[in-house]
Amino acid sequence: MGTVKIEVIGSGCKKCKALFELTEVVVKELNINDIVLYSNDINKIVSMGIMSSPVLTLNDKPILVGILPDKERLKEIIFKNLE
Amino acid sequence: MFYPIQLLADWLTYTVFRIAPKTLLGGAVNFFIFDTIKIFILLFVIIFAVSIIRSYLPPEKIRAILSRKNKYVGNVLASLLGIITPFCSCSAIPLFLGFVQAGVPLGTTFSFLIASPMINEVALVLLLGLFGWKIALIYIISGLIIAIVSGIVIGHLKVENLVESFVYENSINGNMDLPSMTRKERIAYALDYTKDILKKVWPYILIGIGLGAWIHGYLPADFLAQYAGSGKWYAVPLAVLIGIPLYSNAAGVIPLVSALTEKGVSMGTTLAFMMSVTALSLPEFMILKKVMKLKLIFIFAGIVAVGIIFTGYLFNFIL
Repeated sequence: MGTVKIEVIGSGCKKCKALFELTEVVVKELNINDIVLYSNDINKIVSMGIMSSPVLTLNDKPILVGILPDKERLKEIIFKNLE
Repeated sequence: MFYPIQLLADWLTYTVFRIAPKTLLGGAVNFFIFDTIKIFILLFVIIFAVSIIRSYLPPEKIRAILSRKNKYVGNVLASLLGIITPFCSCSAIPLFLGFVQAGVPLGTTFSFLIASPMINEVALVLLLGLFGWKIALIYIISGLIIAIVSGIVIGHLKVENLVESFVYENSINGNMDLPSMTRKERIAYALDYTKDILKKVWPYILIGIGLGAWIHGYLPADFLAQYAGSGKWYAVPLAVLIGIPLYSNAAGVIPLVSALTEKGVSMGTTLAFMMSVTALSLPEFMILKKVMKLKLIFIFAGIVAVGIIFTGYLFNFIL
């Protein structure tokens, strides 16, 4: 599998950190990447046209916006967008 | 409508737990079981329904609607749309930037920022379940009026200079196309969202209902009337002040307050307190500091507080 860039962008709130930690776990379990980036740059979110936080992006494409799903759902979402 | 739940609560309290009916403990336990089951059923159903509606009207689409509207229509629409939008202080900044940079007027943006947390689905469920539809409706309508009027006032004050200058340096196209969702994805999204909210609020609600049940069973009626009855002029502003730091606990505060109302806190004071808890949030103010000057936050909080205090006095007088 080629390199994928996975990033969690948030305003620094609790939910954003929780999503980041959960994503790290899931990414490790799916064995697709070593690092998940974490950013507090709100302008990145806004310039994508999105207005909720946190945002999960895969190769700079937003795949999850504003919610903290459970682990299985997060796996599903990441997996679906890898194809 | 909730009769079967009452039967279940009676059966659990008096048959399963073998607590004698008509005792203080029996009353409190029965009240706790009944309210807990009722509230969680309502929460699930209403949050799910609102999430489905929201999947058709995400904030990005709302922005596209609002950026094309004139001032007054914009304030009304922004407040109405604020009802179905969830509000987590996580999203305060992206919402504010996203609205303003796409050309939504500042006053309209504030109408939305006020209505969105004040009239949220969790508060509505708790009001509906614990106070009945009339109080829930009064709360919604007063909240809408406060959001609309405050937004119009802020719009007229011409306070654009109090917004941090970087906000206006960018402008974005508010008409982005979001990928459309299939019905299955909408349901999955709504379920995720419902679970997310329930996970966050359940401990507060249980504690709130638990304390409420204790108060219901053990405190004498009218216990609080001498401190917080409608005749006490300071009760409303005091309630508003106490409400400011409590936002994250809104889910627990409302059940608690519903029990206090039974013990003599007047309805207007209760309404003002709940509005203050949901609409005036200290963490949100601190986050907004990143995009606006402190003075604007004070203006914003001040106008909303005046609106809430007025509402409190009004309903203490009428109800």
